[in-house]
Amino acid sequence: MTGRQKLAVMVLGAAVAASLGAGLLVQHSYAEQSREIISAPPSAQFWLGTDELGRDRFARLLYGTRVSLLLAPAAALLSTLLAALLGGAAGYLGGRWERAVTAGIDLFLSLPWLFLLLAVRALLPLNTSPVTSVVITFLLLGFLGWAAPARIIRAGTRTLVNSDYLVQAAAGGISRRRLFWRHLLPNLRPILLAQFWISVPLFILSEANLGLLGLGVSEPLPSWGALLRELENYSAVIANPWMLAPAILLVLVVCCLQLLLGTEESAFPC
Amino acid sequence: MLIRPAIVLVLAGASLAASANELRFCLRTDPKTFNPLLVEDESSSIVRFLTGGVLIRLNRYTQELEGELATTWKVSENGRRIDFELRHGVRFSDGTPFTCQDVAYTMRQLMDPALHSPVGDSFRSAPGEVETKCAGPFAATLRFPAPVAALASQFDQVAILSAGSARPGASSQKKSPALGPPVLGPFELGEYKPGAYLLLRRNPNYWKHDASGHALPYLDSIRLEIQQNRELELLRFRRGELDIINKLAPDMYDRLSAEMPHAVLDAGPSLDWETVFFNQVDSAPLPDYKRRWFRSPDFRRAISEAIRRDDIVRIVYHGHARPAAGPVSVANRFWLNPALKPGSGSEAAAMALLQHAGFRRSGAALLDNSGNKVEFSMISNAGSNLHERTLAMIQQDLARLGIQLNVVVLDFPSLIERISRTFNYESVLMAWANIDLDPSAQMNVWMSSAANHQWNPNQRTPQTAWEAEVDKLMQAQNASQDRNQRKVYFDQVQQIIADQAPMLFLVNPNALSAVAPNVKNVTPAVLSPQIFWNADRLQTGGTLVSEK
Repeated sequence: MTGRQKLAVMVLGAAVAASLGAGLLVQHSYAEQSREIISAPPSAQFWLGTDELGRDRFARLLYGTRVSLLLAPAAALLSTLLAALLGGAAGYLGGRWERAVTAGIDLFLSLPWLFLLLAVRALLPLNTSPVTSVVITFLLLGFLGWAAPARIIRAGTRTLVNSDYLVQAAAGGISRRRLFWRHLLPNLRPILLAQFWISVPLFILSEANLGLLGLGVSEPLPSWGALLRELENYSAVIANPWMLAPAILLVLVVCCLQLLLGTEESAFPC
Repeated sequence: MLIRPAIVLVLAGASLAASANELRFCLRTDPKTFNPLLVEDESSSIVRFLTGGVLIRLNRYTQELEGELATTWKVSENGRRIDFELRHGVRFSDGTPFTCQDVAYTMRQLMDPALHSPVGDSFRSAPGEVETKCAGPFAATLRFPAPVAALASQFDQVAILSAGSARPGASSQKKSPALGPPVLGPFELGEYKPGAYLLLRRNPNYWKHDASGHALPYLDSIRLEIQQNRELELLRFRRGELDIINKLAPDMYDRLSAEMPHAVLDAGPSLDWETVFFNQVDSAPLPDYKRRWFRSPDFRRAISEAIRRDDIVRIVYHGHARPAAGPVSVANRFWLNPALKPGSGSEAAAMALLQHAGFRRSGAALLDNSGNKVEFSMISNAGSNLHERTLAMIQQDLARLGIQLNVVVLDFPSLIERISRTFNYESVLMAWANIDLDPSAQMNVWMSSAANHQWNPNQRTPQTAWEAEVDKLMQAQNASQDRNQRKVYFDQVQQIIADQAPMLFLVNPNALSAVAPNVKNVTPAVLSPQIFWNADRLQTGGTLVSEK
């Protein structure tokens, strides 16, 4: 493990520990409204100030981290696994399998998935608790987010299958199973990791956008997405730069995750 | 990265194209129609207001009716008949003279069932024809099959059409024909580029003159930019590319106020409502115990008492709203029942009402008399920061009573589907736009048989005694032509609604706007259109310079 990776572990560990131990670190509940102290600057009582309803920004950031840091990677993992399964199989098997999966990807990408999400929200009971609604939101994102990465994984797999060393390995009599596990999959790892890391912030931001459609995390539960929506008011951000804390934490966490697991196969430098 | 310079170039081009005495502001959407009788949307109604000549106009500032194309009028036969004396020497924008025949033609068109005019609906008090008689070119008599409530004020929405323009082969006396039909208002349609802008030009034949005899309007043209994005609208106003913003959100108002304090205007509380109501529909898919809560006046009043309206005004509306007590805003000076007071926000008062209705605290939760935990959902439309913040505040206010409120924001079509068709909801936070001062315009809300009687619409017979009483009083006020007697009836309606709380009135948002310093003669009003209701007297000149 390199020095940078050790640093990444420490940062991630601190973020996870702080979010899990939020109850010990903050004096106020994330939902408590101190209506006489709205939009306050950082102070000893409120380390990151208060939001427009007088809620402790630091408490909301920690609890929001808990929600987003656990569920966005879980959704990203789900979508990447689905993409790897379908895209990888299509690229590896080729022929009618590839045609069928490619058609499925095209069809799925052309679907107005926003309407599907709206329909799902309309089907959910209204008295769904905030925790249940957030789990459903990220599950949906995971199930719906496989098509774009699957297309890339299929193309990558196809390139690998046609590469000289894989053709030689196959000519050498290696079984298809061994070919897949020992030669194809390790070489697909950078693509899979890249798709995973791209998906994490994408899902966090998607969750924020879904809030506009009623599918996001519902009040009073915070999430990074909900906190990032506050940045729409750019003049408030300029006047209160501490509002950028969730964005900074998001960038930091994504960079650390990439550093930790990406190594030399990193999809993007951090 | 390439988009930003492109936008700047386009905007700069638009700015350079503006003439010296031109007023520029934004429409949120393209107008759906230029036919003044078919207007339903806000953009079309703005165009109608600026181009249409009407017989009687409601002065948005004094809130009194004033003669326009009619010099005098008289309502008789208990609201079935109205006689107009028409103004002499008035010409349409194409030069053709205005006579009683134009009034008769307009009324025929308006009441034509095939046209389905939404404006005409206000006059359809009973089946039958509207008789129009012209006793000479400048005297018109209209007789309706049944009394029409607030008959004279309904003509504020009726832009007079030219009978001449409808005749086959009618020749215009004007050299350069305008985009639309001939009009009698201060402006006529000039250019229209869908999705981009609409240009209204000065009507050279407009009949009004100022005190010194100068022909109105002062403006040469009005450029209406089609712009949905409010942030972009604000940005363009700051750059001096727009002269007015007619409706500002409270946070935008404050942001602009910090930069250009002399450009923002707060005309005070508008007629609009922010309300909460509970589902009381028989067929609604609700458990019986919840139906019992929502049908309990004590429960509804307790919720109303618990909501801290002052906090909503201060925090959500940044002080630009007024706590509401009932269905009439303080802006509606005549019809307001001053005896009504907004909910106190008192936890003790709310708890007393709940205990009276059989509810009790058990630890942190509130239970009903059958031991059911009090938990319900409140839906609202997604994408409204004001509503999302209001919901969060109501959630905390109710939590103090031990009530768990689940907040759900839905896209607008889903919301409407739930509250008007499936009735699959528990409570709603909704905004209501109210453009009419007269209580007859609220018949479609308070009558138990009405579709907009939202908490329990389309009742065959009133389900409660108080709804029957409200029906009776609304019909009485609608039938009476004595304004003071109508006020007595409607005061009683307001009192019943306050006592029964079928709708909880939260706030009346203020009418906020922005006006560039180069626009003269602005007299902001709370009634729509707040800033340009006197468009024929507005002037522009000089250049706008941001103070920052």
